[in-house]
Amino acid sequence: MTNHFVDYRNADVILIIGSNTAENHPMGMKWAMKAKEKGAQLIAVDPRVSKSASMCHVHARLRPGTDIAFINGMMNYIIENDLWFKDYVLNYTNASFLIHPDYQCEDGVFSGFTDIDGKLSYDTATWQYQMDGDVIKKDPTLQDPNCVFQILKKHVSRYDIKTVCQITGTSEDTYRKVCEMYASSGKRDKAGCVIYGMGITMHSVGTQNARALCILQLLLGNMGIPGGGVNAQRGEQNVQGSTDMAMLHGNLPGYLGMVYANKHKTLAEYIEKETPTGYWSNKPKFLISQLKAWYGDKATPENDFCYDWLPKHDGKNRSYMSLFNYMDTGEVKGFFVAGQNPSVGGPSTIQANQAMENLEWLVVYDIFEIETAAFWKRPGADPSKIKTEVFLLPAAMSFEKEGSVTNAGRWMQWRYKAVNPPGEAKSDLWMFYNLFNTIRKEYQKGGKFPDPVLNMVWDYDLPGEEEPDIAKVAKEINGYEVATGNVLSGFAKLAADGSTACGNWVLSGYWFEDKDAKVPACKRRINKDPSGMGVFPQYAFSWPANRRIAYNRCSADPAGNPWNPQKPYARWDALAGKWVIPDVPDFKATEPAPNPSDPPIPVPPEKSAVDAYIMSEDGHGRLFAVKGLSDGPLPEHYEPYESPFRNLISQQQNNPMALTFKTGLFSKIAEIGSEKYPCVAITVHLVEHYQSGATTRNCPSLAEISAHMFVNISPSLAQKIGVKNGDDVIVESVRGQITCKAAVNGVCVPLMVNGKETEVISMPYSWGFMGIATGASANDLTPSVGDPNSNIPEYKAFLCNVRKANKS
Amino acid sequence: MRKMNRRDFLKNISLGTAGLTLVATPALAGESQGKITGEKLPGKIRKVKETYSICCFCGCGCGLLLYSNEEDRLVFCEGYPDHPVNAGTICPKGNGIIEGNTVINKKRNRESNRRRVTKPLYRAPGSSKWEEKSWDWVMAEIAQRVKKTRDESFVEKDEHGVTVNRTTAMAHVGAAALDNEEIYLLHKMYRALGMLNIEHCARL
Repeated sequence: MTNHFVDYRNADVILIIGSNTAENHPMGMKWAMKAKEKGAQLIAVDPRVSKSASMCHVHARLRPGTDIAFINGMMNYIIENDLWFKDYVLNYTNASFLIHPDYQCEDGVFSGFTDIDGKLSYDTATWQYQMDGDVIKKDPTLQDPNCVFQILKKHVSRYDIKTVCQITGTSEDTYRKVCEMYASSGKRDKAGCVIYGMGITMHSVGTQNARALCILQLLLGNMGIPGGGVNAQRGEQNVQGSTDMAMLHGNLPGYLGMVYANKHKTLAEYIEKETPTGYWSNKPKFLISQLKAWYGDKATPENDFCYDWLPKHDGKNRSYMSLFNYMDTGEVKGFFVAGQNPSVGGPSTIQANQAMENLEWLVVYDIFEIETAAFWKRPGADPSKIKTEVFLLPAAMSFEKEGSVTNAGRWMQWRYKAVNPPGEAKSDLWMFYNLFNTIRKEYQKGGKFPDPVLNMVWDYDLPGEEEPDIAKVAKEINGYEVATGNVLSGFAKLAADGSTACGNWVLSGYWFEDKDAKVPACKRRINKDPSGMGVFPQYAFSWPANRRIAYNRCSADPAGNPWNPQKPYARWDALAGKWVIPDVPDFKATEPAPNPSDPPIPVPPEKSAVDAYIMSEDGHGRLFAVKGLSDGPLPEHYEPYESPFRNLISQQQNNPMALTFKTGLFSKIAEIGSEKYPCVAITVHLVEHYQSGATTRNCPSLAEISAHMFVNISPSLAQKIGVKNGDDVIVESVRGQITCKAAVNGVCVPLMVNGKETEVISMPYSWGFMGIATGASANDLTPSVGDPNSNIPEYKAFLCNVRKANKS
Repeated sequence: MRKMNRRDFLKNISLGTAGLTLVATPALAGESQGKITGEKLPGKIRKVKETYSICCFCGCGCGLLLYSNEEDRLVFCEGYPDHPVNAGTICPKGNGIIEGNTVINKKRNRESNRRRVTKPLYRAPGSSKWEEKSWDWVMAEIAQRVKKTRDESFVEKDEHGVTVNRTTAMAHVGAAALDNEEIYLLHKMYRALGMLNIEHCARL
């Protein structure tokens, strides 16, 4: 989220797309409803009448997997009708920047497409800016055909209302209403807020879906302002934190890219290749401080701070789906699972469970006997044939230990221990600390390259306590001065010479003491909102640097006057000669005085106006993405990998760069327009169950409220296959079949797509064979196809058939 | 007259919020509603301890107050009134959070959720059952397997002679249900072992 939940209340228009906020983030919906009470217009774009859709002024249904067509069409409407926010776009986005004259998007494929022995990729040379020496060429009149604005205008011009609605199945009247309503936020005194969730990301074009929303928000000047933003509602208590902490193969903590063997042989080479301009020019400080935190005294300038002790990536895809493919091929032999339930929660679970049978050993840390730990006794499996050794380690629940978690609004919050864990259950901190201690003992006897194992800083003993010293861990994450051990106030203090240690630079400051509360920032609970705008600057810690609204320089015009004088955020007080802002500035508002003991000197608005998007190398919001995406600089509609239809907008049927598996267990895909599997299916959540249901299906009241696995089908489909509400049905895809109850209630209805009636069905995926409430797993049906950038599977558009189950 | 809210109530009875002792059994409020006669109440009075927590479910990060009794069991949960996001309210899932710890039995008393795993468990190759083991045993056994798998697959230099110090034979998924400090240790441990295959549900 660029903004945060409470900030929704500052919006004038809210677009909820690909999210069922009312069900999945109920306390987020609370703030959308506060906005509604104050007169805001709410729009839901959803294939179903979700709980959220029922609370909005307008509900537009769309066929799953057609979001880009929908959003590009909105942009086209906005540009055609001259409703974009010109001052904002001209000053704060790259609209006027000139792109390489050879750039083009021809029939759904961008320039630079290469196919080398079946390995597809884009050479991005033609996606780059035209340069005049070190300066990007620009056309402030926005007339040059190679300027970003003209390229965008041309690109989205193909998405006229009629074409869009033929693709999405939305009624033209409703679509026009959505366009009009949301475009109204393009005025300088209006704020439009985009709320999205996994309905946007779980597609083979998921990243481009999110990109399309970003471009829409930039065009309307909705970024960096209160009541605006692109707000990804994260689905788990600490999925933000675990992403920040890089539990992803291609990163080190704090979004530092992983080191790759082919291009980062030495620290110098990594720094040379990975240090861009803009704020990321500080990257050497971040990486070296991290190495210092990890290897302590052993990390010196002479040995490149133990750079060679980091494993170097081999460049292969090692994302979630690929890991199960590597189990299938036998490369992965040992598997750890902590607080996740892949036997139910990942894609293609029939195949994923089969792949896990190849493991030599499996270690599961969990609070319940979840399906993953019990995969060897799943229905249909023969335990005697499964050779995998399984260890199930009893973990503590959130309130049986202490520590911090990061919510979707980037707030790091400390929670305390209420009770002891039951029996011999232990915190994960205890388990990881002691497991690695035990591993280190093994390596003291010898072994392959023991140096990083034996020298990793791992001294968290707390005398007299069984639990490790979590405060010491927190201090290491936050960063400290090596010589004194003093906790750093933030990442601005980090150095590249080994004098500072910091485990995760983006979180730096979270453990620094608040001057009023006298506790580390993440522990403070000062319920004060001095600006009255819902900022609560001293409640918890919002990374980075306790900033609540990202890119907040953009809430004011280049001269520092708030776009909306009624809701000022950043404001240059010309009389006093300083910035006034209720938040931490996301721009250079002051600079250090020549004499360090003097107060910092305010920086006038003209200076920060030229790079208001400080994290972007060119300092501007990118309508056109010159880098960072593997599948194109602009979002282009492709059909989902499994689709009943040919692509209407181009000859290119699917995202050419999508992650797929050509052979093996995970290669099963239904053909385009399959008659055998005619329904478009999505998976969804219910308010009573959390993710795979591993926890909530073991909580009696939640299991009782929501006891049965079901599929939502339309009344017309129910009639066609001869079932009533509550009857058992079989849902089948090319990957498998499940039996569950039919819910026939109008949540799903068929959509008219290009003249053809298309049934849409939805299934919660929170059931499995363990727990109090058991039921079939929807993921037995889902495909192993993913977005090329995020590698997130396409759960939100795949093909199924539904038929009546025979009574046994 | 101004309606007294919960916070005013607490102020009026001059109690802080840390280590607060309340005399009530909120979990039984439903039963006692409308029929408190006096003779039934004393037997049900318990001392409860209040603890601030953050909900363990979705990404809203709501503040909670959890109440535990003298038997170290959670008995009640409510939204933290001063939390900016949830401002005292709570959703059905959040309300159910304490059932991970204790559940109401047929006699309407609180008892531990018996579905919790309370001892390390081991399932041998081809076996159809779990065996209870000690922590020392499982830690040592896992450590030996990690070492064996790592050492058998460890690559110090790749085919181009670049120092890579990695293993691809082990994998990890999961972290979004853990605390930041736990994840940090986990990440450090895995990178120290040379692991590349580190993933979690942000990818799902």
